[in-house]
Amino acid sequence: MYGNDFSAEDAPGGGLLGEVEAAEVALREAAERGRRVGAPGPDQDLAAYFAEVIEADQKIEPRDWMPEAYRKTLIRQIAQHAHSEIIGMQPEGNWISRAPSLKRKAILLAKVQDEAGHGLYLYAAAETLGISRDELVELLLNGRQKYSSIFNYPTLTWADVGAIGWLVDGAAIVNQVPLCRCSYGPYARAMIRVCKEESFHQRQGFEILHTLTHGTGAQKAMAQDALDRWWYPSLAMFGPPDTDSTHSAQSMAWKIKRFSNDELRQRFVDMCVQQAEILGLTIPDPGLRWNESRQSYDFTQPDYDELMRVIKGDGPCNRQRAEHRRRAHDEGTWVREAAVAYAAKRAEKKEKVAA
Amino acid sequence: MTGPFGFALALGDDALIAAQRLAEWTTRAPEMEEDVALANIALDQLGAARLLLSYAGELEGAGRDEDALAFLRDDREFRNCLLVELPNGDFAVTMAKLFFLAAYQLPLYTVLAGCADERLAAIGAKARKESAYHLDHGSLWVKRLGDGTEESHRRMQAAVDQVWPYVHELFAPDPAAPVDPATLWADFEARVAAVLDEATLTRPEAGWAPAGGRDGVHTEHLSFLLAEMQVLHRAHPGANW
Repeated sequence: MYGNDFSAEDAPGGGLLGEVEAAEVALREAAERGRRVGAPGPDQDLAAYFAEVIEADQKIEPRDWMPEAYRKTLIRQIAQHAHSEIIGMQPEGNWISRAPSLKRKAILLAKVQDEAGHGLYLYAAAETLGISRDELVELLLNGRQKYSSIFNYPTLTWADVGAIGWLVDGAAIVNQVPLCRCSYGPYARAMIRVCKEESFHQRQGFEILHTLTHGTGAQKAMAQDALDRWWYPSLAMFGPPDTDSTHSAQSMAWKIKRFSNDELRQRFVDMCVQQAEILGLTIPDPGLRWNESRQSYDFTQPDYDELMRVIKGDGPCNRQRAEHRRRAHDEGTWVREAAVAYAAKRAEKKEKVAA
Repeated sequence: MTGPFGFALALGDDALIAAQRLAEWTTRAPEMEEDVALANIALDQLGAARLLLSYAGELEGAGRDEDALAFLRDDREFRNCLLVELPNGDFAVTMAKLFFLAAYQLPLYTVLAGCADERLAAIGAKARKESAYHLDHGSLWVKRLGDGTEESHRRMQAAVDQVWPYVHELFAPDPAAPVDPATLWADFEARVAAVLDEATLTRPEAGWAPAGGRDGVHTEHLSFLLAEMQVLHRAHPGANW
């Protein structure tokens, strides 16, 4: 209904979606050709076997031996990804009740529902690494695990819903498409599914902005204001510059990460410039210009001090987002307890009937 | 509610206001699975509302589409029942509202699916499948909460007591309507009684039976709900979104 308003070249995400599909094919082929080496016996060198599987671009599966640091890194990364989906429902959920048309309300509601689904899916992927969802949620609620810095910014107008779809989901896809080829099987498979839906969401966000920039003067101003506020926080989503990134080298060696923060950030900027032109919006960076020798855009880096402040908890909405999640959890305690008690009573009744 | 326009409008308003309330739960549900479920039910209600309001607009013939009907009417012009506009309250109140609404909508849409008006019949055929799922979900939670812990039993009984008076309005006789709501009472009552029994809950005595929604005389809650729902649309007259 709303998917055919733009041609494939104009709309964002087209090339990236192709990469997701290619990763899916590669995943299937890897499964079909099987591992070059059989499962290791009890006397074999497990670390060597692990290295060999990674080297051959095969997938590590939950029952395989893996280095403890690999397991921990993945738990941290997948959990933060899951937390981001759950916390990320808040800024957009903020506009469901006020969406300006019934069609937009339905699309937004469906999108936020998808995000809850992604969160559940990712928690399930994390659980294959030997940690429970309850433990992970606890780590989120007490602030010991992070979520994406971007969700600590407020959604102040309807155009922010469009900007989040276009830029935030756009950045997420650029980040996540390479993860479709990540060495841990359950995470790679989750990413393939998530990226397909995210790509759809990004298109919807682009379409919201497109409608605004082709609408009234007030609507166009609203769209530009949203881009002005969301541009740098979106660039910061790729994390600190490569020179300061703590996890990068090991993650690349393990084929969890495939590209550096700066490589992905550059890719994102190059993708957005043309799309901003189609929208008729100005990217708020006077330093943005085409660099012929690099065949890429030069751009002004985000304020990484601000990123660090937000990650440490001092962004505009950190306290509000955490408090909202904690309140939902606390106020729902009696409901979850009731469900457990009811299930126990039912099991008891069944036992009595059987006896 | 008289005539096909008023009938479609009333049903569309029920679904729209129910969707608005259910969507308020998004990011606030007791567990993540329930966030998904409530958003899903809200989406179903919103989908039915869009079909019904679009059709109502056509029947009226005054050029009003679903958005004109949703965003540019005041509370005195809304025809939804009072039940759906009541605040969400705690999870038990929301489940009591959902359960009673679904137990009414399922037989309503089922009969509607066989009515002479082809458009209404098609809407009924689609919506009754969704209502069956809503009723299942609501029933399950009424049982879980009613027969769960002492605390949940107390809250669920309080919710039933609070919401029950508002169900009577749903069955006010209207012999001229495509489906006379009065004919749905027996089906509704049987379903509700069975679930409440299993949930160890008691049905309140008949008594106070507030009404007025179908005539546009609402509770004090609706105006606030509309103020929020309509604020952006009304701030930009004539704009496309």
